[in-house]
Amino acid sequence: MREKIEAAAARYPDQRSAIMPALLIAQKEYGYLPGPVLEEVADILGVERIWVYELATFYTLFHTAPVGRFHLQLCDNVSCMLRRSEDLLGHLEAVLGIERGGTTPDGLFTLSTVECLGACEMAPVMQVGDDYLGNLDIARIDALLDRLRAAAEQATDADLAAAGSAGK
Amino acid sequence: MFEPVLLRNMEVPDGHLLATYEAGGGYQALAKALREHTPDEIIDLVKQSNLRGRGGAGFPTGMKWSFVPKRAGKPKYLCCNADEGEPGTFKDRLIMERDPHQLIEGMAISAYAIGAETAYVYIRGEYVLAIRRLEQAIAEAHAKGYLGTRILGSDFSFVVHIHCGAGAYICGEETAMLDSLEGKRAQPRLKPPFPAVEGLYASPTVINNVETLACVPHIVARGPGWFRGIGPEGSPGPKLYCLSGQVLKPGLYELPMGIPLRELVEDHAGGPPPGRKIKAVIPGGVSAPLIPERGLDVRMDFDSLAAAGSMLGSAGVIVIDDSTCMVKVATRIIEFFHHESCGKCTPCREGLNWVVKVLRRVEAGQGTPGDLEQLEALCKGIFGNTFCALGDGAAMGLRAALAHFEHEFVAHIKERRCPFH
Repeated sequence: MREKIEAAAARYPDQRSAIMPALLIAQKEYGYLPGPVLEEVADILGVERIWVYELATFYTLFHTAPVGRFHLQLCDNVSCMLRRSEDLLGHLEAVLGIERGGTTPDGLFTLSTVECLGACEMAPVMQVGDDYLGNLDIARIDALLDRLRAAAEQATDADLAAAGSAGK
Repeated sequence: MFEPVLLRNMEVPDGHLLATYEAGGGYQALAKALREHTPDEIIDLVKQSNLRGRGGAGFPTGMKWSFVPKRAGKPKYLCCNADEGEPGTFKDRLIMERDPHQLIEGMAISAYAIGAETAYVYIRGEYVLAIRRLEQAIAEAHAKGYLGTRILGSDFSFVVHIHCGAGAYICGEETAMLDSLEGKRAQPRLKPPFPAVEGLYASPTVINNVETLACVPHIVARGPGWFRGIGPEGSPGPKLYCLSGQVLKPGLYELPMGIPLRELVEDHAGGPPPGRKIKAVIPGGVSAPLIPERGLDVRMDFDSLAAAGSMLGSAGVIVIDDSTCMVKVATRIIEFFHHESCGKCTPCREGLNWVVKVLRRVEAGQGTPGDLEQLEALCKGIFGNTFCALGDGAAMGLRAALAHFEHEFVAHIKERRCPFH
């Protein structure tokens, strides 16, 4: 992680600018950003710890608490809302047995609603890991969940990442 | 006959690769700029073209560039605004995913014009594919000598770095973007000083949208007269329109600036689903006041939409049909602005919180007779009194919904329910 952060920091004349890239690197490494990780980032960059805390709690892509192995981020902004994203949210809550913001007891899924994903041409849209899944309906969501569950049963972390991509 | 230029590689297989871009004449405008023009001449060409910024505000690009001091004694920076957080807008994502070299060439020419040797592309972190494609394109351009030192044998050197955002709409506001790039919470700065004089790291900085920069190679290659010959005199050029919502053919369309909104929605995007009628259209992302169906003959350019009481904004066109509750739409729009308020100034932070509570109550059938006056009073307290345009966008959007669809708000309050549920 240190090498990656130092390489990112070389792009800027001021180390403070590298905090956000460093947090993205750290989150990829650890899955989320607990206090000790924030302190490690501050120490690597040699910046004030409060600067790192400030950013980790301001930007919505940073998670200071754990999220499930698959983070289902459903867009419910206007363009997706007009194409009935709320039906999909209701369905996801029902089949996963959690409310938005929650994580399934097995730690497999976290369900969130997010502001515009910038893919309104394929609304309703959900982001799962690195991938966007568009033109969603209940059948496609059920198929995705089946795929992710099947992959999780026998998978290593690398397999899990690949399964997320397979949902595209 | 209008010929699309910005989207010409959208459907081309491997349109994101350098070989494809070069095969279509890519980077010849950069070579021409370096070989035939001084930086001042490039600024003049862009001024003559009357290119206005495609990020939302529509400020003349050449004029913005000319504000950069010639002798600053500090490095100058170019920032590409690829944050694209305006709901209804997805044009920049598709340029970066499918034709990233068009952006890189535009950035190189723009940097040459303003005298910058370093650029940052501030791109929203959700856009993983766009980030990957842009990284690949930057590496390709470096390897071929379109970026780096002494580009194409000239004295011009230029590097492009990607800076990923992490989920904050306010980063699209140019001064908040600079704070974010400096590693701070993204909050807007007081202007003046304007970024062109004192921007990133207190150095002269130009911030342009992805689509704006993508126009630049075409202006250099085809000349400002070609650009000015498309669309209306006051805001010419090819334009990307993002169509979404309740239309049959949502998608990204390249058409002349100034096309009638009705033609865009009904002819190009196929109109509403069968059996439905258009109720209203948001023409420029949710910051732009909605236009009721009877107003759809307005032309899609900066000046015409402003005269009609709305704005072109990001040209994120969201179509709403007659199955939809406008109180619900208004509530969702204000929920967005409330969620994304950076918290710096009180009217936006507190006012939008209050507006959301009233709107949710009205939508749920628990509104009171004084609620509409309360909403008007809150809009008055927010509009013009916030640090940046986020609060203004929210207040303008709500005012338009109240003005054109007051009867729906009143029905919710009188009937104590949503008539659409």
